[in-house]
Amino acid sequence: MSEPRASRLARPALWTAAALAVVVVPFYLEAFWLMAGLFAMSAAVGAIGLNLLTGATGQLSMGHAFFLAVGAYTYVLLASEPGSHLLGFGLPTPLAAVLAVAAAGAAGGLFSPIAGRLKGAYLGIATFALIFLGQHVLFNAEPVTGGYNGRAVPPFSLFGFSFADTPELVVLGVPFGSLERLWYLAVVVLLASGWFAKGVLAGRPGLAMNTIRDHETAAGVMGVPVAKYRAGVFVLSSMYAGLAGVMLALAFQRTVPEYFGIMLALDYLAMIVIGGLGSVGGAVVGAALVTLLPQVLTRYSDALPLVAQPGTGGFSPAEAARILYGSVVVAVVLFLPAGLLGLAQRVRRRLAGAFPHHPSTPSGSSS
Amino acid sequence: MTHFAELLLNGVSMGAVYALIALGFVIIFKASEVVNFAHASLLLVGGFLVAELHGRIGFLPALLAGAAGAALAGAFVEFAVIRRSRAADHSVLAIVTIGVDIILATELTRRIGTRVMAMGDPWGDAVLHLGPVSIAETRVVALIVAGALIGTFLLAFKHTGWGVAMRAAAEDHETAALMGVRLGRVSLSAWAVAGALAAVAALFLTVFPTPGLDRTTGLVALKAFPAAILGGLDSTTGALVGGLIIGVTEALMSGYQGEFAFLGRGIGDVAPFLVMIIVLLFRPAGLFGTRELTRV
Repeated sequence: MSEPRASRLARPALWTAAALAVVVVPFYLEAFWLMAGLFAMSAAVGAIGLNLLTGATGQLSMGHAFFLAVGAYTYVLLASEPGSHLLGFGLPTPLAAVLAVAAAGAAGGLFSPIAGRLKGAYLGIATFALIFLGQHVLFNAEPVTGGYNGRAVPPFSLFGFSFADTPELVVLGVPFGSLERLWYLAVVVLLASGWFAKGVLAGRPGLAMNTIRDHETAAGVMGVPVAKYRAGVFVLSSMYAGLAGVMLALAFQRTVPEYFGIMLALDYLAMIVIGGLGSVGGAVVGAALVTLLPQVLTRYSDALPLVAQPGTGGFSPAEAARILYGSVVVAVVLFLPAGLLGLAQRVRRRLAGAFPHHPSTPSGSSS
Repeated sequence: MTHFAELLLNGVSMGAVYALIALGFVIIFKASEVVNFAHASLLLVGGFLVAELHGRIGFLPALLAGAAGAALAGAFVEFAVIRRSRAADHSVLAIVTIGVDIILATELTRRIGTRVMAMGDPWGDAVLHLGPVSIAETRVVALIVAGALIGTFLLAFKHTGWGVAMRAAAEDHETAALMGVRLGRVSLSAWAVAGALAAVAALFLTVFPTPGLDRTTGLVALKAFPAAILGGLDSTTGALVGGLIIGVTEALMSGYQGEFAFLGRGIGDVAPFLVMIIVLLFRPAGLFGTRELTRV
């Protein structure tokens, strides 16, 4: 597909602008928004994983929050120094992070006798069970998880550079605390995981996954090992969730069991549906929307109609946000089956049609 | 032994209530091929209406109003959302019910707030003594009412025109439509019936010995999901058996918590999900579900 000249120039310019914005942001934004951005980026990594599983392969998973918890808690367990009543292994933090992702993958693998055989609603509710089991373990296995109060997360450090508030670091007159430092780390991790997922989707595995989603029997007939693929994608998506869990733990600086409940699992499903099923970009857009919406409403609650301060009887910002994106999920499924990303593509195509630069060529499916 | 008998009776009674919820879940699946994740919220709608209204109009009218309200809510969801969805993919349809669930649950928990709402039922905390075994009256009533409702439903399912249409639609959508079964109506009525059953279940989930309806009631109702799944999503018998298994397991595990102390506190709440996973390991389509066979 040949692109119009204007967009051939516009695209690199757009990317440069985006890259510049990402680099500059920590110098200007206040801590509140940096934190929100970190959450959004961590959620995006998790949502990419879920989109590989639910969007691209058609396997409904309601247990994503469980694997996030596995990642977060494994990191804390491995990286913490052993305490008086809490276990810890005191491993170097990068090693702990890698092992945490592996542990989430292993948890997904342990579930593969179910993940490889069940589908549709059965798989959805079976994974739902993981959330309850996970919560039970998190609250009860106190030496490992710290129980109700959770555990403090040891700060990440790479090659002697610590992603914490100390030692002090000032760049161009802006003090760089843990949030600023983690921002860049999160950007790199998000780009890498998005790039990897795009590779998976564009290659043979992606084709096989889509075929499984569209017609399982046909996939089997064409030689796709269906059960193996289903189990494999489940493991991969769990690893993404584990990575997201580690990132969230680092941003929160404390892991609490309550966070990894049903609400979180539903949030992730909402993200991929809103953004667009089956694509990396969709997952990122959806994650940004679902995580930033409550923050925006909280910040500007006094300026918005219908949104009240908590405790005054109206809609609190968090409730307003949930109702809003619940409605968006319904609206998207009804009117925009391809999600917000699909809408953007449609608008772009419509615009290109309105102002043709070329003798019109039938546009194929764009990436 | 008395302790065991009491637990068993309580478990069977709770199981009957779970079976009511699971039955609704199953008939929705049979009639419109949608897994309704908003079921717990429908239940909460019914329970909330009963709790709000009983002070003003009396208990029985409030119960009827609750059942009617939940039935309307179910029918509305079907009419406004499920029917209009163009998504062919079933997991997408399931996700749309999650969207509905998020909206309903958020609004209802906001309205309930931190209150624990009484249901105004006439049984109160009375206890029935059958020899050495004592059991709360509410549990006996729950068992009788749930049994009667399930019986009525199964009879209607078997013998009325509506039941035949429902079974035909479940068997083969297209053929049923060609034979003149109005699928829209079948699906609408299934959602309404499921809503009404859930409202009755909401009553019995929140009466004595439970303190009342609060914001966690929806979570309790979620235990009916494993009941429906382990019985088999497309089997009404499965829903009943599944409900009973879940109810009894939960009661026994909670009752003998001391012996299960090594599994941690509150194991009774998790037990339904554990049982479901174990069953699914051996029978991926549930105990009574039809196995999907594909011939190539």
